[in-house]
Amino acid sequence: MQVTSSSRRWLVPALAAVGALAVLYLVTLVYAVGQTLLAGTLLVIAALALWAYTSKKTVALRYLFPGVAAAIVFVIFPMVYTIAIGFTNYSSRNLLEYERVQQILQEETFRAPGPAYKFSLHPDAHQFRIRLEDQEDDKRVFISSALALRQPASLTVDVLPEAEAKVVIGDALPLKEVIAQQKDIKALTLRFADGKQVRMTSLREFAPAQPLYKPGADGSLTNVDTGEVLKPNFKSGFFENAAGEHKEPGFRVGVGFDHYRRIFTDKRFQEPFARIFIWTVVFSALTVLFAASLGMLLAVLLNWEGLKGRAVYRLVLFLPYAVPGFISILIFKGLFNANLGEINLILNALFGIKPAWFADPFLAKTMILIVNTWLGFPYMMVVCMGLIKSIPSDLYEASAVAGAGPITNFVSITAPLIIKPLTPLLISSFAFNFNNFVLIALLTGGRPDFLDISVPAGTTDILVSYTFRMAFQDSGQQFGLASAISTVIFLLVAAITLVQMRFTRLAQDDNGKR
Amino acid sequence: MALVVDKSQRWRVLAAHLFLIVLCAVVVFPFLVVLSVSFRPGNFATGSLIPSEISFEHWRYAFGLPYQAANGQLVEPELPVLRWLWNSIKVATVSGLITLLLSTTAAYALARMKFRGRNQVLTGLMLMQMFPAVLALVAIFAIFDRIGAAFPAFGIDSHWALILAYSGGIAMHVWTIKGYYETIPYEMEEAAKVDGASPWQAFRWVLLPMALPILAVVFLLSFIGAVIEYPVASILLNTQDHLTLAVGTKLFVHEHNFRWGDFAATAILSGLPITAVFVLAQKWLISGLTAGGTKG
Repeated sequence: MQVTSSSRRWLVPALAAVGALAVLYLVTLVYAVGQTLLAGTLLVIAALALWAYTSKKTVALRYLFPGVAAAIVFVIFPMVYTIAIGFTNYSSRNLLEYERVQQILQEETFRAPGPAYKFSLHPDAHQFRIRLEDQEDDKRVFISSALALRQPASLTVDVLPEAEAKVVIGDALPLKEVIAQQKDIKALTLRFADGKQVRMTSLREFAPAQPLYKPGADGSLTNVDTGEVLKPNFKSGFFENAAGEHKEPGFRVGVGFDHYRRIFTDKRFQEPFARIFIWTVVFSALTVLFAASLGMLLAVLLNWEGLKGRAVYRLVLFLPYAVPGFISILIFKGLFNANLGEINLILNALFGIKPAWFADPFLAKTMILIVNTWLGFPYMMVVCMGLIKSIPSDLYEASAVAGAGPITNFVSITAPLIIKPLTPLLISSFAFNFNNFVLIALLTGGRPDFLDISVPAGTTDILVSYTFRMAFQDSGQQFGLASAISTVIFLLVAAITLVQMRFTRLAQDDNGKR
Repeated sequence: MALVVDKSQRWRVLAAHLFLIVLCAVVVFPFLVVLSVSFRPGNFATGSLIPSEISFEHWRYAFGLPYQAANGQLVEPELPVLRWLWNSIKVATVSGLITLLLSTTAAYALARMKFRGRNQVLTGLMLMQMFPAVLALVAIFAIFDRIGAAFPAFGIDSHWALILAYSGGIAMHVWTIKGYYETIPYEMEEAAKVDGASPWQAFRWVLLPMALPILAVVFLLSFIGAVIEYPVASILLNTQDHLTLAVGTKLFVHEHNFRWGDFAATAILSGLPITAVFVLAQKWLISGLTAGGTKG
């Protein structure tokens, strides 16, 4: 023990110093990729760690730290970041930071006068070499130094005449490979010994190239070829010419409350948002209502001692809860298929009808409610069974003496006694279904779409799936707008949560009094 | 309970049985159909519930074995189902272990130590658990997209990114473990401390061994949670070989490529183990959770 404690005296500071250096390196790297906010968060956490594990007063924090740090990085940070993105124009058109866009535009080149070279790509161990051959004089052959393609940024590489390069290169790669690497080859600049530079101008050719834009002191870019001046517009997030025409790609700028204004006042967004919001509420409320009623009914039945085989029923009825959701939802997607699904086969055989479950908005919504009730009732059943067990049985004995039937029992004893402890669970189930993205995404994907609205939005979309489509699917990756809607949902869920906590407290207070 | 049996009682029992049997049929029907479809040749839902002709082509497909199609051609399965299963198990195991590592010590501090801000931390964790990751999808995507520029191993389409994203969901587990710790008498550790154990030694050698059941439950819960998670996996993974089961199986029942039979075999192959774990662990899960809940 003595030895370890004396060796610990220097071991701990040494480890702390090494750790601190490693974290500083990490933070610098994260900052370098443009994640200023994340770098700052990491720095704060690192400082916290250093304090927690070196100070003598922080025993509790040492144990708490790993969990709290993970929660900050992976839960709170994404939440804050989502809110921040909601105030920017981040989208597929405005994907990059200003500096990066500036860099990309400055890398644009145009064909300058001078001889062109045929090129071929040759493998060299795990790297590549490029061979250039003068188009007019096929004796003038140059070979580049070995280069690893897949560089994140542009790269300048020296080329030497074949005689001086003194390397034997393998066979040229077929055009298919060249096409596959096209993006990386395009980023290359090859430099001759005399300082002349060539860049890829077509799939078979390198030619002298000159930067297209000359940067000005005020951040503007002048087109060398046409003389047009482009100025960055920090309102729209684009480089624009005097006529106000955009030059792609755009960059990210803050847009303030624009997205919120669009959601709540712009007709094109307001209308689908309102409809989707209403459906989200209806969907969650009806799901909770159906699942809870069915669950409660079953719980009452399965607690009835006169009924035999209750254990078997309980096991079978619990199945929908035990099977992973992504499987059972997809099973239903198959079963409800209008032409090939089993449900329509049966309906067709019995009644001669083939409902279009996925094409008709009303039927699609009905289907979603059926499936979600099927998925949700076992949980309610188990919960209600637990609650009913806790009701003292002398209440029922008394009512039996008074000659009450099962319906009277249910209405005047069971229901009133379990509804209060059940309420917080119903609210949290409502909040869960409010964000039940998996069900909608796997079952209908939000379709069928509204036909009378220009924004892609579906009649079965709930708010989260609408947001998801906006961010990752058909309408051009509008990350900013999607984040703004996410923030609105954040606030709604927070409100629901507050209500729930109030109810939980009420229920607890009540239990305490009893 | 009721000693006097009413005349109407018999009818009621009969009606209840009838209702329950119908409901059980509705619950079991989808699973029976899937079982039947998986043994039926072809990818269409024709034929009766009991297949007239048994074929193992879909099962061969699910296991990645080539099979002979109806037109005599040898078909090589193009969707790597076993690979997805392996990916799911890998991601879920690692993130389950990380979750456990992060939440056990935090729960210890919250259960056994008194410090300023303790209640705030507990409330904070409770609130965090109410915000689903679905709402932060854009941020999660943007973060890992950028991180990938510096560290490709943690970027989009990497399993490490997914594991990290899952490891943040520890809030609920901290509460569960804390509740269980509180059911273990504090005197045990106190005795160890009297014998000269440091807080860490008391935690590591006295409390932790006794908390093993709840640790198993929490690992299982986060394992199942990671296997069935869909939204985050669907935006972070995009190469076919990297997908997890939850994302991959969706490819079978696409509107324009409806491979009902292959899906059925895949669903049974992948769903059965998870369901079995769930049903077997159910008793544990419920007792573990209620033990955690009593004082939480």
